[in-house]
Amino acid sequence: MSPSVRLQEMIRVIRSARTQCEERGVIQKECAAIRAQFRQADNGGRSHNLAKLLYVHMLGYPAHFGQMECVRLIASPRYSEKRVGYLGAMMLLDEKQDASLLITNSIKNDLSHSSPYVQSLALCTLACMGSAEMCRDLAPEIDRLLKTANAYIKKKAALCAVHIVRKVPELAELFNTAARSLLTEKNHGVLHGAVVLITELCERNPSALPHFRKIVPDLVHIMKGLVMSGYSPEHNVAGISDPFLQVRILRLLRILGRNDDEASDAMNDLLAQVATNTDSSKTAGSAVLYETVLTIMDINSECGLRILAVNILGRFLLSNDRNIRYVSMMSLQKIVQTDHNAVQRHRGTIVDCLKDQDASVKRRALELSLALVSAANIRSLMKELLLFLSCCPPELRAQTASGIFSAAERFAPSQRWHIDTALHVLTTAGGDVRDEMVPSLIQLITTATELHCYTVHKLYRALVADISQQSLVQVACWCIGEYGDLLLRGECEETEPVQVTEDDVLDALETVLQSHMSSPATRGFALTATMKLSTRISRNVDRIRSIVSIYGSCIDVELQQRAVEYNALFKKYDHMRAAVLERMPVIDRSSPGHDNGEPAVIQAPDKTKNNPVVTLTQEPTNQARDLLDLLGGSDEPAQPSTVQPAPAAPVPDSGSAGGDLLDLLGGLDSIPDPSVTVYEQNGVTVKLRCDRQTDVGVTATLVASNTTDSDITQFTLQAAVPKCVQLQMRAPSGDVLPARGAGQVTQTVHLNNPNKVSLRMRVRLSYCSGGSTCQDTVQVDSFPASASH
Amino acid sequence: MMRFLLLFSRQGKLRLQKWFTPLVERERKKVVRDMTLMVLGRPPRSCNFLHWKDLKVVYKRYASLYFCCGLDDKDNELLALEVLHRYVELLDKYFGNVCELDIIFNFEKAYFILDEFLMGGEVQETSKVTVAKSIEASDMLQETMEEYMSKPAF
Repeated sequence: MSPSVRLQEMIRVIRSARTQCEERGVIQKECAAIRAQFRQADNGGRSHNLAKLLYVHMLGYPAHFGQMECVRLIASPRYSEKRVGYLGAMMLLDEKQDASLLITNSIKNDLSHSSPYVQSLALCTLACMGSAEMCRDLAPEIDRLLKTANAYIKKKAALCAVHIVRKVPELAELFNTAARSLLTEKNHGVLHGAVVLITELCERNPSALPHFRKIVPDLVHIMKGLVMSGYSPEHNVAGISDPFLQVRILRLLRILGRNDDEASDAMNDLLAQVATNTDSSKTAGSAVLYETVLTIMDINSECGLRILAVNILGRFLLSNDRNIRYVSMMSLQKIVQTDHNAVQRHRGTIVDCLKDQDASVKRRALELSLALVSAANIRSLMKELLLFLSCCPPELRAQTASGIFSAAERFAPSQRWHIDTALHVLTTAGGDVRDEMVPSLIQLITTATELHCYTVHKLYRALVADISQQSLVQVACWCIGEYGDLLLRGECEETEPVQVTEDDVLDALETVLQSHMSSPATRGFALTATMKLSTRISRNVDRIRSIVSIYGSCIDVELQQRAVEYNALFKKYDHMRAAVLERMPVIDRSSPGHDNGEPAVIQAPDKTKNNPVVTLTQEPTNQARDLLDLLGGSDEPAQPSTVQPAPAAPVPDSGSAGGDLLDLLGGLDSIPDPSVTVYEQNGVTVKLRCDRQTDVGVTATLVASNTTDSDITQFTLQAAVPKCVQLQMRAPSGDVLPARGAGQVTQTVHLNNPNKVSLRMRVRLSYCSGGSTCQDTVQVDSFPASASH
Repeated sequence: MMRFLLLFSRQGKLRLQKWFTPLVERERKKVVRDMTLMVLGRPPRSCNFLHWKDLKVVYKRYASLYFCCGLDDKDNELLALEVLHRYVELLDKYFGNVCELDIIFNFEKAYFILDEFLMGGEVQETSKVTVAKSIEASDMLQETMEEYMSKPAF
């Protein structure tokens, strides 16, 4: 067996190994030698061997067999062996190992050693990996050492005490008095340790704050000394006298001055002095200024001081040093809510940082810019944001797009501007727009009734240019389906109209349908749009029929279902086709406070609205229901499956999109609304409950129940309204009334009353009870007032 | 407080690791891997601050070595840059124009110097001179220096 080589020799040999395999071989040989050496009795080379093992450990090889050797070396009387032993303990042992307990006794002995360097080893190791039990054991020793005369030991004991307080918070009281007395020292190391210790004590134990607030004048005095003193070569860093100590003192002042007027007053002058006098051309000065700014913003400082702090941050933004720019933006972000006006003054600089090279700086600038959007600056700021969107790094695009949307929603100066912005985002970054945005965009388009023509023209152009961006394609398909007649008319005041024929439009939609780039949802949009066009065009209805029937055998189940239903609409229910596919009413938001984009507020009401509605569209019944569900299905441009996640998923910035659309069906609250009984015979009761009432329409639900002993089957309702009123009946929840009121059948009707005539409705019921069919007619002359208006 | 301090080369080889919080071996390896990947993947002129989990990461490149430390959320990043710089200055003073090879072949000295400068994740001595003096005195105490350490070039 070759004799073990010296440490440096071994390192050289390992480094010269050309392959991983070779290196492993060398190391295995060495480790075997080291193990053998460990087993031998005390020889002179123990510390060398452990050092070699530590090197091997750093390369990533297992070294656990060295743990006991560490323990033995620590107990050795020779300093060189102790030193390496303690180093090994810090590297190989952690508090979870059993061996770490074995060194507690050695540490205890070494803490009272005659040589301060041995004491220092013990203190260092304790502060690095001392477990809770070790800390409890040795806390009194540390407290004693805090009161020695030797500054070298005192400063180390202070930091050791910090570790003890972190591990065993209950021992904090032990150090309260000692910590205070340490502040009278002149030695910077001890002062620094004392400040750190007091900071830790205050953070762990807020009840100690009043006790330590009394030292604020002392801290101010020390700080003044540091700031005003002349050049001290020992502690000077780039013109700042001991920046490490200054920063720690400022941090402690922050904790002490928080929520306390008296303490804040005492430090006001000092903070102003530091803020104005510190030279920030180098990092050290900037670090001190940064800490000062953080402190000013956190305590109860006076207004002038706060403005000074924000101005410092603004100055930082102009710095050449990237780190300083980043740090200032982080701080500005924290205070943008509370000191909004002060930060607004630096908006120009912040927006300029959008063009910075560094990705982190860009991200911060984006978040800040979005936070600074207000009604006054929306136009100019949006220009910058849109510019940024076109050249920003891919990971920021989704965030930018949704930020732009929510800002546009809150502060749009006009509908035309809002639509323009939305279209711009769609065309620039359509692929990064989140899926939840699509319904809210569609809702936005429907509300801007005068701009339908303009919108559909623009979207058609964009669609023809590029069909790869899913969100854009979805919105475009929906608009073409809905407003195709406006497109084909070929005239538009707002923009250059496209001259298209019906074939062109159908070609475009078919391209989307057939393209491999289109997602299943997008193809659903395209198919429905094609179908809707059948009522809006005159000549190519047959082409639509053929497209629809082709997709009747499509592999995608959703498309197939849609195609089959549309086919049925053509064949059997052609008389209903026009009504089913007519122009949709304006989807409006339910409550006025809705568009502030505060998710937490909107979540709760939407949840109650969404859930009952979703179950309504889910319940399976006859084919008539399926067809009528086309209306329900085509109301929500997304499939029913995407409706459901809307209440569950976190509400996007633009407000709850899914909830708005479902509001068509009215707020089906579980609050018992006043309902009027319109029919009560043969055990069948039909109540009318008004869900929603506006000037031009009423949404009501008919609720039927059965008090007889047997089920009533084939229950259907038909309704008729005066000529000028439009009626839409949703699918009933079922056609069986269970006996003894065990269940109900509900059916929602919506009356659209643009001419504001008095509303009347004739309802015809037919059902089968006890083997015989019954039919009855009832007239409803007045609708009860709804609970929600 | 500083949670850890790592030194690694441009090829990702670890030269020094100091942990100020208790972590098992597996977790330590994961942190080292993550830090190396993140820091080495940064473009040349980016800012020296990163976010990783709930920590701030500050790194600085000196010649062929990356000095990387993880901080708590409340710590001052600019000051951490100064801390790293101070450590490099101490190494430089001790080894005389320190380079990566010095730290490789005398890694235990690098640890000893670090232990005189930082403790428990905090700065323990703010004066360069005092730290240097303590190291010198400790070295004097140590017998048989010549065997495996090259003489410090003061």
